[in-house]
Amino acid sequence: MNNLNSWTQLALFVGALLLITKPLGLHLVQVLDAQGRTWLDRVVRPLERATYRVCGIDSEREQGWQDYTISMLLFSLAGMLLTYFILRYQDLLPFQSLFNPQKLPGVNPHLAFNTAASFTTNTNWQFYGGESTLSYFSQMVGLTLHNFTSAATGIAIAAALVRGIARHTAQTIGNFWVDVVRITYYVLAPICLVFALVLVSQGMIQNFKPYTVAKTLEPYTTSVQKTDDAGKPVATADGKPVMVDQVVDTQTIVQGPMASQIAIKMLGTNGGGYVNANAAHPFENPTPLSNFLQMLSIFAIPSALTWYLGRTVKNQRHGWAVWGAMFILFLTGVLVAWQSEAAGNPIHQTLGVAAADGNMEGKEVRFGIFSSALFATVTTDASCGAVNAMHDSFTPLGGLVPMFNMQTGEVIFGGVGAGLYGMLVFVVLAVFIAGLMVGRTPEYLGKKIEAYDVKLVMIVLMVLSTTILSFTAWAAVADWGKAALNNSGPHGFSEILYAFSSCVGNNGSAFAGLSGNEMHWDTTTGLAMLIGRFLMIVPILALAGNLAGKKLIPASAGTFQCEGFTFVALLIGTVLLVGALTFLPALAMGPVVEHYLMHAGTLF
Amino acid sequence: MSTKAVSLFDREILLKAIADSFRKLHPRHQLKNPVMFVTLVGAILTFFQLFTSKEPFGYVLQIALWLLFTVLFANFAEAVAEGRGKAQARALRDSRRQLVAHRRRKDGSFEQVDATDLRKGDVVRVIAGEQIPGDGDVVEGAASVDESAITGESAPVIREAGGDRCAVTGGTRVLSDQLLIRITADPGEGFLDHMISLVEGATRQKTPNEIALTILLSALTFIFLLVIITLKPYGVYAGVGFSITALIALLVCLIPTTIGGLLSAIGIAGMDRLLQRNVLAMSGRAVEAAGDIDVLLLDKTGTITLGNRMATEFVPAPGVALPRLADAAQLASLADETPEGRSIVVLAKEEFNLRGRDLAAPHVQFVPFTAQTRMSGVDLAAIDGQPARSIRKGAAENVRAWVENQGGQYPSAVAGAVDAIAREGGTPLVVAEDREVLGVVFLKDVVKGGIKERFGQLRAMGIRTVMITGDNPLTAAAIAAESGVDDYLAQATPEMKLRRIREEQSAGHLVAMTGDGTNDAPALAQADVGVAMNTGTQAAKEAGNMVDLDSNPTKLLDIVEIGKQLLITRGALTTFSIANDVAKYFAIIPAMLVGVFPAIAPLNIMRLASPLSAILSAVIFNALIIIALIPLALRGVAFRPIGAAAMLRRNLFIYGFGGILIPFIGIKLIDVLINAVHLV
Repeated sequence: MNNLNSWTQLALFVGALLLITKPLGLHLVQVLDAQGRTWLDRVVRPLERATYRVCGIDSEREQGWQDYTISMLLFSLAGMLLTYFILRYQDLLPFQSLFNPQKLPGVNPHLAFNTAASFTTNTNWQFYGGESTLSYFSQMVGLTLHNFTSAATGIAIAAALVRGIARHTAQTIGNFWVDVVRITYYVLAPICLVFALVLVSQGMIQNFKPYTVAKTLEPYTTSVQKTDDAGKPVATADGKPVMVDQVVDTQTIVQGPMASQIAIKMLGTNGGGYVNANAAHPFENPTPLSNFLQMLSIFAIPSALTWYLGRTVKNQRHGWAVWGAMFILFLTGVLVAWQSEAAGNPIHQTLGVAAADGNMEGKEVRFGIFSSALFATVTTDASCGAVNAMHDSFTPLGGLVPMFNMQTGEVIFGGVGAGLYGMLVFVVLAVFIAGLMVGRTPEYLGKKIEAYDVKLVMIVLMVLSTTILSFTAWAAVADWGKAALNNSGPHGFSEILYAFSSCVGNNGSAFAGLSGNEMHWDTTTGLAMLIGRFLMIVPILALAGNLAGKKLIPASAGTFQCEGFTFVALLIGTVLLVGALTFLPALAMGPVVEHYLMHAGTLF
Repeated sequence: MSTKAVSLFDREILLKAIADSFRKLHPRHQLKNPVMFVTLVGAILTFFQLFTSKEPFGYVLQIALWLLFTVLFANFAEAVAEGRGKAQARALRDSRRQLVAHRRRKDGSFEQVDATDLRKGDVVRVIAGEQIPGDGDVVEGAASVDESAITGESAPVIREAGGDRCAVTGGTRVLSDQLLIRITADPGEGFLDHMISLVEGATRQKTPNEIALTILLSALTFIFLLVIITLKPYGVYAGVGFSITALIALLVCLIPTTIGGLLSAIGIAGMDRLLQRNVLAMSGRAVEAAGDIDVLLLDKTGTITLGNRMATEFVPAPGVALPRLADAAQLASLADETPEGRSIVVLAKEEFNLRGRDLAAPHVQFVPFTAQTRMSGVDLAAIDGQPARSIRKGAAENVRAWVENQGGQYPSAVAGAVDAIAREGGTPLVVAEDREVLGVVFLKDVVKGGIKERFGQLRAMGIRTVMITGDNPLTAAAIAAESGVDDYLAQATPEMKLRRIREEQSAGHLVAMTGDGTNDAPALAQADVGVAMNTGTQAAKEAGNMVDLDSNPTKLLDIVEIGKQLLITRGALTTFSIANDVAKYFAIIPAMLVGVFPAIAPLNIMRLASPLSAILSAVIFNALIIIALIPLALRGVAFRPIGAAAMLRRNLFIYGFGGILIPFIGIKLIDVLINAVHLV
């Protein structure tokens, strides 16, 4: 870890993040106020008005929390159904030569469900390889649509909760339709436009060409399983596969509208890769600069939202305190992952492999240990799920960090919007537990935290932990669960635990060893994603509505302070002790055991 | 009546509590507390393991017993708190047992009945030497009453019909004269009976904050239950056969048994502490609200100043002879039983040798003080050649209005004297006869020692104090400045008090006040915490949600502290309980896995001797910590008048950081001990 280059990268990343937090936060303040003025008004405002007129949205009318929730649910349901049908019938849609030059067939029902749920919930879990399964139309419309709308929905809900905290004796928490339109038009679209062009400048592709078939410079021979005419693998009488030699002298190179999808994939913390290799692919992540900018864009909006929180509740120090808690958790994760990967695998080292470099398995040489560890931490902190290295190949502790990040409930910056509202759930809980210790009924920024609020907060926490733990338990003992594993023992268990942590946390990254796309996996992970998104959002919107209606208690010297170092420590303690501690036994059975076994000389 | 706390380790209470601990094992009682219910079920399941488990019999038995102890210890904590509360209340109740009452029949004669047979509305006669059989209002007569049984104050007090001093409490003794009393409460509905029911766990209602906390604890219990249930299939996957005993042990260690076991004891103990200070609360909710108070409305008299203002000087108007002013002032004060009124009579007597006159004369008509007129005085009808006279004394502007209404002049010199007295913090009382202003009486107010420091502490705690006084604004300002109070409400009428409370509340503040008069009742009812003085009227007592038996308005400050202490104790033990889990994980998880994965041994960072002793140690620690914390739960976390930020830092360090650290030490020590005596 005494690598100057890596420390410089870390410093640059943190510095850049700090630099954009306030300006972007200020922009969010303007956008998330329906009457707010932004510097984009001249161009975008007419478009915004036209949208309201066409859709029949009364932008002046605010909604109570129930209306807001119903709007959000209907919007998400409609989007999910649309994507489901686009995927199912991608081969029947018009303009096949333009939108489906590879003539890819329709997607099977359970994979279509899984994928539709995945993109609707901002998870972008992928049980498919994009380039071999989805047409250009499916990618550009069926999926990219959700990259925008699910991100906008997340930010809208965070804004609704923050309004609930900031307002008092109020009936409404904003208008869902106005929020989604304004976020998309004023934040996501303009930034993505610029960002996509920057990515193209780094060498990312953006075209509608069919895939290129290239002759390789050096043909080689590999052994593959023999298939019959129907494409089924041929086996010998005793069940062993029949292997045949195959000469590989061509390579199919992916093409398509990549930059437009990658920009929003990162900015909206979606993470669904255009290609299976995601951000490890040279087209999806061509240069160190594109790698840096992609990481920064993942954290940009979540970080700026904490500034938005501070400004909206008129307590900027509170916003920074929330940011501080997120940052300390993030930094700790980076350092642990980096250290674990840099230390490498002792078994490799005794064999004389890569002793000096640490664990390079599953990593791109052009990114190296630090950039891979940083990317892994950022992408799992922020429920993005894009990857530039294979988390499955990390050392046990290096792989524990991404898993742990997701199990905190994706609150370390978190998904756009989702991270803030998730963290605010912990804030309310921290205030309730510790607020008593100042000798008053707990108050959060002048609002009393009462039984109903505690109930809603605990529902969120119960949904998070019980869904992950239960699905993992089921998959760990079921045949369908174990059949998908690439590895045995604790590492196999980690793959299952990682999958459900990722889905419930709406992260979308995977321990790549897991081969899904089978009915049970598609269905359970699909459900996990829907539960992790909507069973959390509904109580959170109820909390927003309830807080908005409360009376405001004026601050005094006896008031609980939601700022400063004590509060940061308290918040971190709550996330760790109440949130993540629940997963300690499960983690002990997976990466922790694996770590000790690795040092005892056992691999899986 | 003892005002001292019942000892924490009173033998009799402890013995009774031990018996109660077993009685409380009844499922109906346990179901009220989900955390302890889960523990009890866990204990029972572990007893069944004795017959099915392959683990050593002695080990399973010990785990089962300690789980049972965990529940018993929690029951014991509640029983001790109840016992102390009941002992405190019983001492009060004993004072009025077996009383005999003389109830008035319809025909006006009296019959002898048992005090417990009295009903609301009955009228009883109590003569000198007898005890008053129940709470009520004096409807006829005046008498001195010894209320030391209730208040501990030995000096007798005057109770008389009408006015603000008509309320009497059952169990107090009439020393002189006789009273006719209308009973205002059925037996069993008196304040004391109400209070006793509040310290009995069985009938106690949970307060709002307790309900919220119970939701948190139940949800955590549910989550940990699921953690344990899913561990079994994880074990199946890994080929580890987790024993039921170990899983139950881990479950009980993880769920918040410490706070779950002590929660109700903390609430009851809060009521006990109020009782020790001779305050009766109508509900637990009121005690909790006391902690949230951020505005105190304090009556100046008795709280901020020593109480009675004394007349010290007569300041005549220009052209009025001093004796004439003194004479008129005395006449106007003869029927005025307030200390101020009496002090005027005394001053006139001392300085001018003016004696009391025939009050019973038919031509003398006294005009009592009312909060609206803010004047009192006397009307003398024309008699024996003397012209009719009308004398008033009262607040400057009211007297001025009265004089000017009759066409009189209000001399500027008098206005000057009024201002001068007010600026010195005194109370000017203007005396007028018909259209003529005679002068001013200087009533002096003495601010209590130490009150300024007390207000400083309250300010540091974020509590604003508002002085309520009938004085004019100048006087009020002078006393406010001297006493260090934050704000004042001068020339306050009951309506103004009520309005002020509503204003504060609509600005989001929570308001506490004390009051005694019937006209305080609306304000007492409006306030979030209304403390009625025991000497006050029945109406006032019914409007408030607390009664101070000592009738000491300064008690309000204690009440706020008790409320805060109650909330702090709950928060501290919740934090402690949750923080404890870290160490328990580190004790039990390695112990459960090391059999199948010996490589995991380094995770046993406490170096506990064996898997069995590790699990047993964690369970024993989990049970013993409840016992160890009972004194803290009953006494409450020490409250310091420092700001919220400092208090949070301090308590978070002690109970949060300490909560993480202490079980590591405790479990290690227990492990060493049980291995030394070969318990496993």
